[in-house]
Amino acid sequence: MRQLLSGNEACAIGALRAGVRFFAGYPITPSTEIAEYLARELPKVGGTFIQMEDEIGSICCMNGATAAGLKAMTATSGPGFSLMQEGIGYSVMAELPCIIVNVMRGGPATGTPTRTSQADVMQARYGTHGDHPIVALCPWSVRECFDLTVEAVNISERLRVPVIVLMDEIVGHMREVVELPEEVKLWQPAKPKPPREDYYHYDDTNNYDAPIASFGEGYRIHLTGLTHRKDGFPTDEPEIIKWNLDRLRAKIEDNRSWLWDLDYQDLGAETVIVCYGSAARSAMEAKHQVELKTGRRIGILRLRMLWPFPSQRLIGLLRSARRVIVPEMNQGQLYREVERTVNLNVPVVSVQRYDGEMLTPEEIIAAI
Amino acid sequence: MIDITADRFLNFFRLDERFPHILCPGCGIGTIMGTMVRAFIDLGISQDELCVISGIGCSSRVPGYLDCDTFHTLHGRALPAATGVKLAKPELKVVVIGGDGDIMAIGGNHFIHTARRNLDITVIVVNNFTYGMTGGQYSPTTPTHEKASTAPFGNVERSFDVCFIAKAAGAMFVARSTTFHVAHLKKMIELALNKKGFSVVEVISQCPTFYGRYQGIGDAVKMLEWLKSRSVDVSRVADPWQVRDKFVIGVLHDQEEVPPYTELYQSVRERAKE
Repeated sequence: MRQLLSGNEACAIGALRAGVRFFAGYPITPSTEIAEYLARELPKVGGTFIQMEDEIGSICCMNGATAAGLKAMTATSGPGFSLMQEGIGYSVMAELPCIIVNVMRGGPATGTPTRTSQADVMQARYGTHGDHPIVALCPWSVRECFDLTVEAVNISERLRVPVIVLMDEIVGHMREVVELPEEVKLWQPAKPKPPREDYYHYDDTNNYDAPIASFGEGYRIHLTGLTHRKDGFPTDEPEIIKWNLDRLRAKIEDNRSWLWDLDYQDLGAETVIVCYGSAARSAMEAKHQVELKTGRRIGILRLRMLWPFPSQRLIGLLRSARRVIVPEMNQGQLYREVERTVNLNVPVVSVQRYDGEMLTPEEIIAAI
Repeated sequence: MIDITADRFLNFFRLDERFPHILCPGCGIGTIMGTMVRAFIDLGISQDELCVISGIGCSSRVPGYLDCDTFHTLHGRALPAATGVKLAKPELKVVVIGGDGDIMAIGGNHFIHTARRNLDITVIVVNNFTYGMTGGQYSPTTPTHEKASTAPFGNVERSFDVCFIAKAAGAMFVARSTTFHVAHLKKMIELALNKKGFSVVEVISQCPTFYGRYQGIGDAVKMLEWLKSRSVDVSRVADPWQVRDKFVIGVLHDQEEVPPYTELYQSVRERAKE
């Protein structure tokens, strides 16, 4: 069925199709349509929607529902995302799969609630304290809001990690005619088998996809935000602190082969635009205009996954580039990551816009 | 009363590897933990249908010692986490335990809103008038003028009455007891566990390491004597909310049950499907 949907609505529908049955959130522009849609649709499928007293309560409530066995998500924007950071750290440490959608607005502080931005790229990566990797996906279209939300649920279930869906306000509020699949492919986590004496909640012997028990299943599990052993109980023994942090890193790093997911074309071109989100839409238009007028080919490398940052893969893909352009709606957050980690020995140009308006094709053409 | 054998009591703890516990000598939290477990056993609450949840602090370490599903969450966030667990699995018995700092300061907003929503959860607030784990700072329940590591010249803030706030925010059942009145405490916990909806038991507990020392009350035994001499049963006072310098113990509020959140939300699901 073809339908006219916004990115926020497509994200909510993707969550439902992927089996999300719990939403805890606090209203914040420009993400509210996700909460409103799920408040209406979740009870119809036996799910639960709750509007919490704040964003801190929202993420902790979501962690509780996840611990009790439901696929859960929340949606917010910059200021709420800041409030959630400690709870995101808890999801990382206790290995609770969940989805946090951040429909980005400008900051710092209250910033520009109704304007667009891509300025939470680094907050998504480094917002919570401590050493740990994170997974963040970045859609550029209404259809991709659906697809990447489904993918976020699957990644979170498979690796037992929080996954962040980073949309900018333009993508969240943009309307497009789309046809969404009724059925989607879902990751099925393994369930532990009795006896409970043989069950370890953090068992790293099995590609990080060991069976997982939830509250109420008779395994009497213990979850804590403290550094823990593989049975879940806290410890401050140095070798186990290290084992714990190594495990959190390795389960994402060891799975980069299937996590990497880039859209790209024309990589033989001398000038390549590395882009994401709505800025990639302007980049695509800029490419078409330049190619039409000059016949010069422009490469596009669009990142659907910002974190973990695919440095090694970019190095391979950009080997023949003579110039790299990174357009984004912030003061160069991903540009610095590209320059720092790809280290191409060719100029990397940052195209920035951070006045709340969309980055236009003309601005990117000027940099080309 | 059902006879509790030592086996049944001891089986409720993760004795194999979690002990010895981290609590200070003379702390009241062990008394509360043991009394809670006796209440669970007497009420026939099975270890597989029970989830005990806490935030951060001395009393928040209790779940780690209990052999049931246990959830040690972030500072102040036990109640939103418990809300998520209860909504996801309404059949679980959900009990939250935390201190006066954890539940009334950083978690204060969650406390009033969880009471307002009437989640079917029992909250045990261990009130020792101080932040124990971080070294004896003043808390929202520390009486005015009293000393703490962050109030060396006396606390200038006024203090919260945990039970009064619980009642005002919409709790179905509110009771207070102390670690001296162990049989009474067990009775209060049992009544709270049996009440459908949001129920709160405030337990006045001794912290000889910090509070007792800062106020010059003395060691654990002196603090228990102090608890005894300062407590008065609710039946002996005209208005339990107007008593100064005494701990009014007993059932302070017990109202006619209204449907808890999970039941109301089930009716939302039915209306949504129509």
